[in-house]
Parts: sequence; structure tokens; C-alpha cells
Amino acid sequence: METPDSVPGSLSLAALAGSPRRVRKERLISRVMFCAALVSVVVSALIIYALFSEAWIFMRDVDWSSTWGELGWFPRRGIYDMPTLLVASLWTTLIAMIVAAPLGMGAAIYLSEYARPTDRAILKPILEILAGIPSVVLGFFALLWLAPNVVAHIGGEGGRGSMLTAGIGVGILTVPLVASISEDAMAAVPKSLREASAGLGARNAVTTVRVVLPAAVSGLVASLIVAVSRALGETMVVFMAGGAADAAIRTYSPYDGSLTMPSAMASLASGTDQVVGEGLTFQSLFFVGLVLFLLTLGLNLVGDRFVNRVREQY
Amino acid sequence: MTAIDDLTEGPDSEHLLEVGAESPAMPEVVFDVEELSVYYGDFQAVQDASLQVHEHEITAFIGPSGCGKTTLLRCFNRMNDLIETARVTGSLRYHGVDLYDSKVDAVEVRRRIGMVFQKPNPFPKSIRANVEYGPKVAGLAKKGPAMDDIVENSLRKAALWDEVKDRLDDNALGLSGGQQQRLCIARAIATDPDVLLMDEPCSALDPIATTRIEELMHGLKDDYSIVIVTHNMQQAARVSDRTAFFSVNVNPESDTRTGILVEYDSTQQMFSNPSDERTENYVTGRFG
Repeated sequence: METPDSVPGSLSLAALAGSPRRVRKERLISRVMFCAALVSVVVSALIIYALFSEAWIFMRDVDWSSTWGELGWFPRRGIYDMPTLLVASLWTTLIAMIVAAPLGMGAAIYLSEYARPTDRAILKPILEILAGIPSVVLGFFALLWLAPNVVAHIGGEGGRGSMLTAGIGVGILTVPLVASISEDAMAAVPKSLREASAGLGARNAVTTVRVVLPAAVSGLVASLIVAVSRALGETMVVFMAGGAADAAIRTYSPYDGSLTMPSAMASLASGTDQVVGEGLTFQSLFFVGLVLFLLTLGLNLVGDRFVNRVREQY
Repeated sequence: MTAIDDLTEGPDSEHLLEVGAESPAMPEVVFDVEELSVYYGDFQAVQDASLQVHEHEITAFIGPSGCGKTTLLRCFNRMNDLIETARVTGSLRYHGVDLYDSKVDAVEVRRRIGMVFQKPNPFPKSIRANVEYGPKVAGLAKKGPAMDDIVENSLRKAALWDEVKDRLDDNALGLSGGQQQRLCIARAIATDPDVLLMDEPCSALDPIATTRIEELMHGLKDDYSIVIVTHNMQQAARVSDRTAFFSVNVNPESDTRTGILVEYDSTQQMFSNPSDERTENYVTGRFG
């Protein structure tokens, strides 16, 4: 369409300026969206501020000898033995990973390398449903079913909660997380590599172990780190099935009940009128929260690194 | 019908009579394809293809896109097994053995019949580890001098040794595209196969790298039988001894496209004096 008025020389600025109303509207939309994004940043900052300000009072005023080498965690009596909580957190997280790592990775390998499309179509939604189960439901399941039917058969008591019971419950909770991140990592391995391996006379298992898993290794590690971070922060399952109410004696046996960092916080927060009063009891809650926050933040940063490495490779 | 039987002599001798006039000493038949059809679910990708691939020759499959040439090639090492819905009918004999017999293990087939793919697909491992992969998986050799020999010989045959001998432990992904493809060839011949299947091995390469691979193929012919799928008619004319031309049949009722083998003959014959009009149109560039 070469008409004389479309020649560049005769083009006016007004023709390219666009409608002022639409330009204004677009600018407004952009600002509204920016505010929405800003809210989450502000809330994050507020959380960190609240955490730090109360935790700071605790750190400033506490008798530090009461946070180490005591009998246990008795916040209402001014005894804040941190190792009690750390040992319990470590046990439940470790047990959770012993459950979640093989089950989650196994499911991921099956879904990504073995399952026929029809099997996949059934199994994947079931995994996703498991991921969506509220943790309070899993807490009941751990206490009422896992304790008598599983824990009682591996040396524990069936009638009450323990770190072992809570750990298995948390493990089940994190299986879908491990499975889905691992499966994503394996799915990102190009099909051409599997074909190359098959073309050289490798069976499916060999291809999986020698080609797919090594190529996906950073994603697999990331899935475990994210799961550890999730298990460390899991509150409800441990609170319900961990076998301790609002105080715990330091114990190194997973068959005993104890409090992890988040479950100790939940137990303190659940009886509000009692929390306030006894010296630094209220502030200790924030101190534990800060420790937990820093631990999971560190783990998530490391996990993100690994996840990014998966994205870079292909 | 699917049993491993002795019927292979029949078609062989028949073929001797047929083509014997132009080349008196006929090499052995590696693949004997008869009335082979391939389906993906209800869709028929290849219909009734029949041809024979001879030892120490390069056989080229040419034809337009969607004509089933790659699909047919992937039957030769049972690579189509990886696709859930793929189904094969007819007969495909490899040195007289029915490849689709229920007793045949696809893994054993693939150890004898190597494959080079369209896009270079080295493992994200060292150059050495890439070449060692096949022999290790097949249990041909353990780490040590025997394996080092395999690595060196394979890389030499693939004309890559001089370029990589000082950096065998570097990651293969650091090589150029052409080098990666030659590495894939080295990796395929490290298991000492009988046949090399090449699925458009130069389609992702520049002209210089393409020339190198073509030169390489001439040398590999002495040790292996080669089947190559190519989009590039000139390439088929340059490298192959025999050429099969495939075309597409469009079914007017269901509007599906099925690949058919139009003509199969010596490459010289196919390009100078094809007997089918469709082949002539294709090789002279009037179609496709």
C-alpha cells in the first residue's frame, strides 16, 4: 500500500502519540499492581521487625545460662533450654527425611521414568491431593493411626505421641514436595539423552541411574533442602503427635515426646492469658521464632541456588 | 509367522536374481524388510515398505517431511518401542532373525545396531565418559588399558581423536556442534556394533561440519553397514550406495498422511534414471 500520505516525510507526531486517556489508564493500572506487590514486601518487613524487636528484648534481658545446659524447656518457669528444642527438631526432621526421601524420590522416578501415561494420570492427582491435606488432619492420622499401627511395632508406644510418631507424620507430609520437585528436575532432563542411552543398549534402570539422576542431581538436592526446611517449620503435626504439651525435658531418644521449635511456639501461643506474665516467656517465643526463621532462610537460600542451577543447565 | 525360521534364503536368492545383473558379487543382506507397516495408535505412519539393506554399504532414505523415513529407521533398532502407542506389522529380519519376535530383547538389538541422532546429544559428562558409556553398560570392558584402547580407537575412527586427545576429561558440552556429533558417532561405534543408523546426522550442522561427517561415513563403510536418513538429496547422492525414496499418501477420506516407499535402487540409478515419475520429480527438484 504505497500511497503518498504513508511516506515517512509526511508522518505527523500526533499520529503516533496514541490516545492520552489510554496511556493514563495504563499508567494507573501499573501503579495499582505495584501497590499490590508492595504490600507483600511491607508485610515481610513487618514480620521481620516484630520478630527482631521482641527477640531483642529476650536476648538483652535473658540470663543466658538458662538457655543452655538446663533440664529442659520450661518457658513459664524461666527455663529456656534451647538444646531441648534443637534436638527434638533435629530428630523429627531426620526421621521425616528418612521417610520422605526414598518415598518421594521413588515416586518421582516412577512417574518420570516408568509410568505409562494412564498410570501417571491416576497417580499424580493422588500425590497432589496428599499435598493438599491440612496438616492438622495429618496430625490426627499420626496420633491415632501411625502411633498404634506403625510406631508401636518399631519399639515405640502406641498410646501416645513421640518424636518418632511426629517425624513419620511430617515425613508423609513432605513426600509430595520431594516427589514434585524431583520429578520436575527429572522431566527437565532432555529426552534426547534418554534416547542416546537407550540407543547404546542401556536398560531403563541404567539410563535412570547413570544419565537422568546425575543430570538432575541439583534439583534432587534442592527437593531435599526444601523438604528439610518444610519439616523444620512444620508445626501442627508435631504439636499434636510430638507427645509433649507446653514443656519438655531434654531427651535424646526419639521414642520420647518433646517439643520442636515451632511446636514450642505454638504451645506457648495457644494459651494467651498464661503466656504473658512470667518474665520473658512471651519474648522467648519470638527468640525461638528468630532462630527458626534464620535456619529456614539459610536452607531456602541454599535450596534456591540448587534450583537455579537446574534451570541454567538446559 | 513370527518364529525365527530359515525362510530367509528365499527372498535372498530372489534378490540375487533381481539385482545381480549390475553388481555380480552381492554383499550379504543385513536388514530384510517385507511389507512393514508402522502405526502410532490408529494412525498409520508407514505402509507396506519392503527393501533390503546390504552389508558394508550406505543406504540412504530420502523423501519429504512426514514420509515415514525416520519412523522406518527407528524400527531397525526397536527405538519405536520407547513410544507407548507404536505398533509394527509385517516382517523385519536382521541377518535372518525376526527383530520383532517376542523373544528378541530390544536392548540386545541396540547393542548391535548403533544410532546417531538428528541433534548431537552427548551426555553432560566428560568426552571420555561419553565414549565409555556403551562399553561399560554392555560390560565389554572395565576401566583400564582395555577401555582406554576402546576410547582411542573409537575417537580415531570418528576422526575426533587429534582434536580432543589432550582434553578427554573436559565436558563434552564444550565441543562444537560438529565435534559433538562426531563424538556421538564415536560413542555409537565404541560398542562395536554391526550397523550404524543415522537419523539426519547433519541437519543441525554447518556445511563444513557436514562435509567432515560425510567424509567420515565413507571411511566407516568398511567396518559397518550404514543406514542414513536425510532431507538433503545431494547428501544422499554424495554418500550412499543405495537410495530409497519415500513419499506421502494422503488419504482423502480421513485426511491422514501415510508414508510409502516409492522406489528403491542403486543411488546412481535413482538419480540418473529413476523408474518412477514421483522419484524423478523429487530428485529433479520439481516436488518436495
